[in-house]
Amino acid sequence: MQILLNILIDGLAYGMVLFIIAVGMSVTLGLMRFVNLSHGAFAMIGGYAAAWFTREASWSFWVALPLAVLVAGAAGALLEAVVLRYLYQRSDLDQVLFTIGLTFFLIATTNAFIGPQVQLIKLPPEIAQSVDLGFRTLPAQRLLVIFAGLVAAALSTWVVARTRFGIWLRAAVDNPESAAALGIPIRTVQCACFAAGAALAGLGGILGAELMPLEPFYALKYLVVVLVVVAVGGMGSLMGTLAAAVLLGTVETASKYLASEWGNLFFFLAMAILLAWRPNGLLRR
Amino acid sequence: MNSYPKRFAVALVTASTLVFTSVNANAQTVKIGILGPFSGPFAHYGTLFKAGAEAYIASQGGKLAGKEVELIYRDTGGPNPGQTKNLAQELIVKDKVDYLGGFIFTPNAFAVAPLIQQSQTPAVIFNAATSAITDKSEFFIRTSYTLWQVTVPLAQWAAKQNIKKVVVAVADYGPGIDAETAFKREFTKNGGTVVESIRMPLATTDFSPFVQRIKASGAQAVYTFLPGGPPNLAFIKAYNENGLAQAGIQFLGTAETDEYDLPKFGDAALGLTTAFHYSAAHDSAANKKFVEAIKKRDANAVANYASVGAWDGMYVIHKMIEATGGQKDGLKAIAAARTLKWESPRGQVRIDPKTRHIVQDVYLRKVEKIGGQLVNKEIQSFGPQVDHGLDK
Repeated sequence: MQILLNILIDGLAYGMVLFIIAVGMSVTLGLMRFVNLSHGAFAMIGGYAAAWFTREASWSFWVALPLAVLVAGAAGALLEAVVLRYLYQRSDLDQVLFTIGLTFFLIATTNAFIGPQVQLIKLPPEIAQSVDLGFRTLPAQRLLVIFAGLVAAALSTWVVARTRFGIWLRAAVDNPESAAALGIPIRTVQCACFAAGAALAGLGGILGAELMPLEPFYALKYLVVVLVVVAVGGMGSLMGTLAAAVLLGTVETASKYLASEWGNLFFFLAMAILLAWRPNGLLRR
Repeated sequence: MNSYPKRFAVALVTASTLVFTSVNANAQTVKIGILGPFSGPFAHYGTLFKAGAEAYIASQGGKLAGKEVELIYRDTGGPNPGQTKNLAQELIVKDKVDYLGGFIFTPNAFAVAPLIQQSQTPAVIFNAATSAITDKSEFFIRTSYTLWQVTVPLAQWAAKQNIKKVVVAVADYGPGIDAETAFKREFTKNGGTVVESIRMPLATTDFSPFVQRIKASGAQAVYTFLPGGPPNLAFIKAYNENGLAQAGIQFLGTAETDEYDLPKFGDAALGLTTAFHYSAAHDSAANKKFVEAIKKRDANAVANYASVGAWDGMYVIHKMIEATGGQKDGLKAIAAARTLKWESPRGQVRIDPKTRHIVQDVYLRKVEKIGGQLVNKEIQSFGPQVDHGLDK
């Protein structure tokens, strides 16, 4: 019983970390259908900015968090406006090659200018402590991640489904010519959406840093896990991504409790089974 | 009439004299090839090797045994035996190096064994810590440590502290398995019980499930081995956040609190207990000199096991150059190295003539904050330790 509760709690916490890391990619890859392998790079920009703000500039975490998210979003907007928009019409392979090249470029640049060491984000005492749940303790930071993940999921689903911007976005992705003819400012919509994806990536980079430490190879190291979560969740389905993250997180956690000698086998086995069962995404038939 | 052959002979003699002088002039420079990771995720080890080796040469006035020394660095990246072998071959055949040094990863060291054996090139291992390496060629000398060497005294100490039940949790790869075997054997021999043995996958990022298992096992201590960097940081964090220290489960480690990772733990590291051969806080004149020399050489480098391994490795090469007068003579050099005995920044050390591995004091340390800085404070010395892995 105790083990079951532990698995559920740790699984949920880990799953939400996965979600918060993956949600930004779900926006760019799923909603915009842009194969963005530089997702980890934007997460890194957010994380490094937060580390710099809290450590070097000694700002409060609560100030650094939104600012760092903005930095990641601005970097995304800039890159989209200057380079990436020319790639929307190109083939998937061109997009893959360009964004993976961008990732390598960022890794090398970070290594050269900042160095290979792990960057730490200084947490305020209220998050750095542990919360007593009665039968066990849980780091307060995980509670923040769970909360932030739910907010991010609800907010982005609401924007896509219920707002004018969401309608524009879906129209701009599905049929750019007609959308433009109807007077939708598709350039602005695309740029804003990509920036939002980058900002969410930055948020994931900051909040996920406790489990996935920030270092130059961050951009590549966790890419596979993120891709798995987005693929299982289904293209463009934010709730699907959330469900996939929590499910896969729980499977991974359960295997650590019960069968750790098998390594990551069950995580990828679950991926294979889920993809075979629901190839278009967890919440779609 | 005979002027032609005569002139030819004179020319030949002159030419050969010239060639010989130039060969002699070249022999004045001793070449040392250093193999290590200088790019990629492990590049900081390369920085530490470079700083350690160059700081040692600088401390000797820029020459070793009166000879000019040229260090040739080659980048092996990560654990990459194939590439390491190619690079070593190039160094030996093309650059004609007299000595090799470096090696972070065990597979890379294994890969060069046949090459150094055939070319009789002494190779000094600055880091790679698997016992069996020095068995593979008689031209290997090691100035680092092995997991057996530091784990065996730790297991004996734990048993003496009335710790009866221990969980062993190690990263699931070569050195982790070495650490697990060493601790289990020694601890059970001394009357303790290993209640659970956990092998954690190398790709693990979330350690809380493992830490919860450790907590639930009812053990009094956890012996752990983790590779430096992110996994190490994440494990210590999980250990603290899940309240293991408060639950009275003692942390027993080896290289986890090394001076490169230590500042990143913050106060979470306070009180962690480890057994290891080198602490930057070791109180001796030789160590102070070493720490200063490293800082002066490279502000990014720290005094830790990798840089001290390189520093002492260069000492061994220095003595081999002295014994051979700067000529390439692998057998003579190794014979001289087998009996070396000196004061290293870590304390008194010697090379074991049989295993060619360094014999050194292993210390019990606790992380403390001294003058605002986290240090590994040496609590007691376990005395000189051989490589317990080789006399199984």
